[in-house]
Amino acid sequence: MPFIPHTEQDVREMLAVIGAPSIEALFDEIPASLRVASLPDVPVGLSEFEIMQLMSARARQDGQPLCFIGAGAYEHHIPAAVWSTVTRGEFYSAYTPYQAEASQGTLQTIYEYQTMMASLTGMQVSNASLYDGATAVAEAVLMAVRANRRSKSARILMPRNLHPHYRAVALASAGNQGVKFEELPYERGSGHTSIEALAPFAGQDFTALVIAQPNFFGVFEEVDALTDFAHAHGALVIAVVNPTSLALLKPPGQWGQKGANIVVGEGQPFGCPLSSGGPYFGFMCTRMEHVRQMPGRIVGRTVDLDGRPGFTLTLQAREQHIRRAKATSNICTNQGLLMMAGTIYMSLMGAEGLERVAALSMTRTEQLARALTAIAGVRRVFARANFHEIVLALDRPVAPVLAALRARGIEGGLDLSDYFPELGCALLVCATETKTTADIDTYARAMSEVLPAARAA
Amino acid sequence: MSDIPSELKFARSHEWLKQLPDGLAEIGISDHAQHALGDLVFVELPEIGRALGAGESCAVVESVKAASDVYAPVAGTVVAVNDQLRHTPELINRDPYGGGWLLRLRPEVPGAEAGLMSASEYGVLAAQG
Repeated sequence: MPFIPHTEQDVREMLAVIGAPSIEALFDEIPASLRVASLPDVPVGLSEFEIMQLMSARARQDGQPLCFIGAGAYEHHIPAAVWSTVTRGEFYSAYTPYQAEASQGTLQTIYEYQTMMASLTGMQVSNASLYDGATAVAEAVLMAVRANRRSKSARILMPRNLHPHYRAVALASAGNQGVKFEELPYERGSGHTSIEALAPFAGQDFTALVIAQPNFFGVFEEVDALTDFAHAHGALVIAVVNPTSLALLKPPGQWGQKGANIVVGEGQPFGCPLSSGGPYFGFMCTRMEHVRQMPGRIVGRTVDLDGRPGFTLTLQAREQHIRRAKATSNICTNQGLLMMAGTIYMSLMGAEGLERVAALSMTRTEQLARALTAIAGVRRVFARANFHEIVLALDRPVAPVLAALRARGIEGGLDLSDYFPELGCALLVCATETKTTADIDTYARAMSEVLPAARAA
Repeated sequence: MSDIPSELKFARSHEWLKQLPDGLAEIGISDHAQHALGDLVFVELPEIGRALGAGESCAVVESVKAASDVYAPVAGTVVAVNDQLRHTPELINRDPYGGGWLLRLRPEVPGAEAGLMSASEYGVLAAQG
């Protein structure tokens, strides 16, 4: 049976009604020069058996390295119950619900997700999730421009120590819609954005300030001072946070005198495997005063005609199917499956479990930093408190060192030389609660073997 | 049949304009428009002091099933907005030509409202749906 149930007869009848000679003729509008006649590089389809063989072979190639890379995606323990629940037939869909109100279970899960995220961030409302952390930042920037009607400049202050991919996506997405970005430098000795970095903008019109907590280097920012500076200038504050860290840190809703206005981030640390970079989910929370400018779906609780409680999509006039070209975003869906995993993860961990994950990850990273900096040729770059990630400087180029570690079954971190050339031979490392003392010893031993060898070569 | 006061001027996009004695122009949406939108739940109003061109989007009215832009029938500067609508948008449903007014403009060109439709002309348009 064909997957799309249009028979030849159906197609002929439909074409006759609209007076088109063929389906091909419907694409006449696209200039011939832009059309591709065939796709020779796309192979023919494989059977289930063949694809299993191919993918197993590729998985063997990847191996199971001991991973010390963070940089936006973090390897945390995922309780088995998370994915065995997510993959139940009732929940197993990648997408936002259609005929939404018929899917009360899904809506209730989204509602629980929103409630937990709002509580974690100290905000009043959360959407049902976005694609990932990077697009969530881009959406937050566009939202801030709509929400801050006092500011005419569409100018966003964005710190250089925000994740470089997030900066690139925000620039590509919002930069082409008239938004101007100003890059804020970080302190070379400490890795954080000092209040002095904002001094050139004192007294000027800017729309929003982005604050990453912790920043890409894992370093903590002076969030209160930064937030108050932005608010004193009539600007909004966009907080970009690691959700795990919120178990230990003050929620963005309490930053400074008035709190952040929009909180976004990458939801992957909550129940989503690394899986080569995705799919993950982005989260976005805000205050009620900005809710009509928020993109994405929102689930609300209500009562039906008989007064029984139920769940429904709400505030839909922000979305494409109603506002058309003037919708808050072209994203009017959510990352359903991954958000579901995040919700179950949060429910299973609870506030206490999450706090233990965050605290243990911090401890492990400090343990790793101590073990590695005990080796000659490795030192810390920034003298400031950090979460579960830290920048180390090597006495030689990082890439060959990482390659040598990889040959020993260790992914030793992220080489920063392409992203932050000003830091020289810098390496970003991370150890979460999944790394044991034995793992850290293994890494340190391998590093001490690799460094003299690289020097000789 | 919707209510169309004869002393008002109308735009094709269903806004009304009332000439006030002090030379200001009061703007709202017609009874026909509020009826078509249904129960209003939110109104977004412009900032005081904003300069609007004729036909420029100056407010948004949102009902449970739709959201619509409101366009300035004539060019002018916003001098007042109906703050009561922020908490009671349903005033537009109850009293579209009175308590449900949206904003007041100081018209850029006095007499520009002469180019708008009369109540009887608008009545024909509204009757067509």
